[in-house]
Amino acid sequence: MEAAPVNLSRRFFILSSTGAAAGAFVLGIGLPTRQARAQSAQAPTFRGTQVPAFLEIRPDNSIRLQSPFIEGGQGTFTAMAQIVGEELDADPATFIVENAPAGEEYVVMDNGRRVTGGSGSVRRGYLVMRRLGALGREMLLQAGAQHLGVPVSELTTQPGQVIHAASGRAVPYGALAHAAMDLPVPDPANVKLRDPSQFRWIGKPVKRLDIYEKSTGKVEYTVDVRVEGMLHAAVQHAPRLGMTVGPIQNEDQVRQMRGVHSIHRLPGAVAVVAERWWHAKRAVEALLVDWEEAKPGSADAIRIMPAEFSSEEFRQHLARATGQEDDAETKGDVNRALKNAHTVIDATYFSQYVNHAQLEPPSALARYNPDGTLEVWLPTQAPDMFRADMAKRTGLDEAKITIHSPLLGGFFGRHFLYNHATAYPQAILLAKATGRPVKLIWTREEEFLRDVLRPMAVVRFRAGLDAQGRPVALEVVSATEGPTEGGGTKRGKSLDPSALEGLTNKSYDIPDRRIAQLFVRSPVALGYWRSVGNSMNDFLYESFLDELADKGGQDPYELRLHLLRHNKRLTTLLKAVEELSGGWKRGPFTAPDGSRRARGVAMASPFGSEAAAIAEVSVENGRVRVHDIWEAIDPGSIVNPAIVEAQVNGAVALGLSQILLEETVYENGMPRARNYDGYPILTLDRMARVHVKIVESGEKMGGIGEPPLPAIPPAVANAVSTLTGRRIRSMPLSRHEFAR
Amino acid sequence: MELTINGVQHQLEVEPDTPLLWVLRDDLGMTGTKYGCGLAQCGACTVLVDGQAVRSCVTPVENLSGASVTTIEAIEQDDLGKRVVAAWVKYQVPQCGYCQSGQVMAATSLLRQHPHPTDQEIDAVMVNLCRCGTYNAIRAAIHDVCSDPTHGST
Repeated sequence: MEAAPVNLSRRFFILSSTGAAAGAFVLGIGLPTRQARAQSAQAPTFRGTQVPAFLEIRPDNSIRLQSPFIEGGQGTFTAMAQIVGEELDADPATFIVENAPAGEEYVVMDNGRRVTGGSGSVRRGYLVMRRLGALGREMLLQAGAQHLGVPVSELTTQPGQVIHAASGRAVPYGALAHAAMDLPVPDPANVKLRDPSQFRWIGKPVKRLDIYEKSTGKVEYTVDVRVEGMLHAAVQHAPRLGMTVGPIQNEDQVRQMRGVHSIHRLPGAVAVVAERWWHAKRAVEALLVDWEEAKPGSADAIRIMPAEFSSEEFRQHLARATGQEDDAETKGDVNRALKNAHTVIDATYFSQYVNHAQLEPPSALARYNPDGTLEVWLPTQAPDMFRADMAKRTGLDEAKITIHSPLLGGFFGRHFLYNHATAYPQAILLAKATGRPVKLIWTREEEFLRDVLRPMAVVRFRAGLDAQGRPVALEVVSATEGPTEGGGTKRGKSLDPSALEGLTNKSYDIPDRRIAQLFVRSPVALGYWRSVGNSMNDFLYESFLDELADKGGQDPYELRLHLLRHNKRLTTLLKAVEELSGGWKRGPFTAPDGSRRARGVAMASPFGSEAAAIAEVSVENGRVRVHDIWEAIDPGSIVNPAIVEAQVNGAVALGLSQILLEETVYENGMPRARNYDGYPILTLDRMARVHVKIVESGEKMGGIGEPPLPAIPPAVANAVSTLTGRRIRSMPLSRHEFAR
Repeated sequence: MELTINGVQHQLEVEPDTPLLWVLRDDLGMTGTKYGCGLAQCGACTVLVDGQAVRSCVTPVENLSGASVTTIEAIEQDDLGKRVVAAWVKYQVPQCGYCQSGQVMAATSLLRQHPHPTDQEIDAVMVNLCRCGTYNAIRAAIHDVCSDPTHGST
C-alpha cells in the first residue's frame, strides 16, 4: 500500500506554500493534481491527455476528477464521471468531481479554449474525456502488470480493479494509482475505446453526484468561502454605468459606523470593508456620494449610460430605425418572390430586455499571499480567460495567479467575462489596498443595477404566400445588437451570429428568403442569456409562422409538417411531440374542468440539437395559465436521460418565465427593478406540468442545457393567440390585457 | 445576547437588529443558509423558528430570544426533515442547489402544518424562488413524503 502519500503530501505542500492555514479553512477545491511526469510525444495533437493532472485515485478507491467543465446545476460533473468512468472502468458513484483550476492541461476543446457554455460540455468533451479514461485504464493495467509480475496481456479490469483471471487475483485501482500515475501516458492515437453497445453508465439515468450535499446545505459556493484573516466588503455602484466617484459627503461619519474597517473609491463604485458583511453593507449604503457624469470619450472600455435612457423609448427607436441592413442569410430572390406572391403579410414583433436573476449574487474572494501570488475564488464559466484578465489588471504573471472555481449558484450565461459586471476586479483592488484577504458580495440591488441584459430586438417580418396559402418568401430584418458585439465599445468586423440565431438557417422549406440585421447600438451593456439569440428569436420567428398559417388558412401543425416534408429528422421529431401530447388538438376547446383552452406548437434548432414543443393554456382571471408542456428533443445521442429530463424542466421554467413575466425596464438611465419584487420570475404555482420525449436520432451530438428553452415561449404565445383570437407579437404576456 | 440554534445555546456579541442570516453566516460560520435578496423575496435564507418557516434575512436576532432556531445544518436531526431530504435525493431535486436549503426548510415547515397538502396548498406555501426551475421535482418530492404510510400519523 504505497499509493497515497505522494498526492497527499503534495496537497499539503501546495496549501502551506500558498499560505493557507490547515484545518477549518482548507478548501478541497481547485488544487491541482499531479502533472504528468512524462508527456506523450503525441500530446500536442491530442488535448486532455495529461492523465495525472485530471485523475487522483485514492487508497479507498475513490476517484478525484478535475473537470474541465464547470458545474452550475446542469449536471456536467455527473456526466463527466459517467464518460470517464465508462472508459476507466470505474463506477461514476465513486467519483469526486471538482472544477479544474485554470491551466493549459485542462483546455480540452478543439478550438484551444476552455469555456463552459453554449451547451457544449458533453458534446465537446465526450471524445476527449472518454480517451482520458481509456488512457488512465491502460496506465492502471501496466501498473498492475508490474505489481503482479505478469504480462499486461493477461490482465483485464472490472469496475475499480485490475483482474488477473489466471491466478484469480484482483488489485484495487487505489493500490495501483501511485505507480500508474508515474508511468508515461500511452499514445492517445492508439488508445482503444469501448464499443458503445457495451456501455454500462453512458446513456443511463445515473444519479447526480452532488444531490445530497445540495439538499443539505453542504455545498460551498463562492459566497460561502472563508479564509483566515478575511475581511468582508460591500459596494455601492454609480447609478449609471460610466459615472465616476466624486466627493463623498459623509465619509467621516460612515467611518465611525460599527464594524467599518475602511472606505474605498473604486472605478465607478465605492466600497466599505468590514469585519462582517452586514456592517459593510449598512455602511456602504449610508455613503452619500456625489457621482460625476462620465466624461465623453473616456478611455474606459465600457458603455456610458445616458441619463435620459428609457427602454420603452429605445423600443420605439428600434421600431423606427433605418439604415444599412447586413444580410446574414440569403437564398433565392426574395424581392422577386414577394412581388410574385399571391398575398404579402407584414408584421412587427418585439422581444424585451431580460435579467439573469440567478439566485447566487455575484461575489469574489481575493487574497494576496506573502510570496506575491494572488488567489481568487469566484464563479466563472471560463477560468483561463478570467486569469488572463486578472494578469492584465494586476500586472502579475499568470503563473502567479490561482483561480478557484466553486460550484455556481446558477448559470444562465451570467458568469462570462463581463467587464464591469463582475465582482472580482473590485475584490482584488480591496485585497491589495487592505493587505488582507477580502470577500466581496454584491447585494441583490447592486446585481440588478449592473447585470448585463439579453438584447432587445424589434423584428420586421414580410412574407409572401402562394395561392394555396403557404409561405414561399420570407424577409426578416432585426433591429438589434448581438450579445457578443454588445459587451464592449466596438462592433466586430463580421456579423455577430448570436444576434440572429433562431432567425437564420431554419429548416423550413421557404425557397426565397433574406435574413438581415439592422445594427443599432444599445446603451445597455449586453450579455448571454440561456439559449442566447435563440431564446428570443425563436419566439419571434415561430410566432410569425403561426400568423402566416392563420392568414393562409393553414393549420400551424400541418403547415410545419409540410414545410419540413423533405427533412426526416424534424418530421420525426414533430410527430413525436404530437404523439406525446395525445394527438394534435389546437382548439380552442373546453377542458374537463370547464375552462376554455388552446394549444400551440413551435420548434427550434439551438446549439446542435432539435426541439419541438406543444403548450396548453387557458386564461384565468385575466392571467395566462400554462397547464402542460410537451417537448420532444433530439440531441443526436445522450449521456444521462435523467439529467436531460431535468434540463428540459429547467429550460421550460425559464422559457415560461420570460414569456409570462419578465421584462427589464430602464427609466432615466437606471433599471426600475432592483430586486425580485420589481422583477418577478416564475414561481412554483405558475410552473406547467412537463412531459419529455427524448429522441436519439444518432445525428451528431448536440447540447442539452439550452436547447429545450427557445420553443417554449412561441408555443405558449401561439396557444394564447388561438385561444384569444388575438395575435401575440411581443413578450411578456403580463404586458397584454386579457378578458377576466 | 443568547440564541438557541439547532439545540445549542450561543452567546453572541451582535447588535440586536442584525438579521439572523448574517449572524448564522458570519458569526457562526453556518453558510448552508443562503443570501439571495435580503428582502424576503426569494426564500433562499429560510430557517425554522419554533418549527415555522421564517426568512432569516429580515429577522432581527432581537426577535428570537427564547425561540428555537433550526437551520439546514441540523435538518436531518428532525425526523420529518430527514424524510424531506430523502425525498429530495430520491427525486434528484436540486440543479445548481443554491435555493435548495431554503426549499427544504420551507417544505419541512409546510408538511408539519399540513401533513397532506393539496396542490393548492403547496402552491400557496412554496413561494421560494428557483431559477433552475426545479418546481415539478419539488412538488413530486413533497407528495412523496406524504405517501409514506407512517407520515402525519403523529
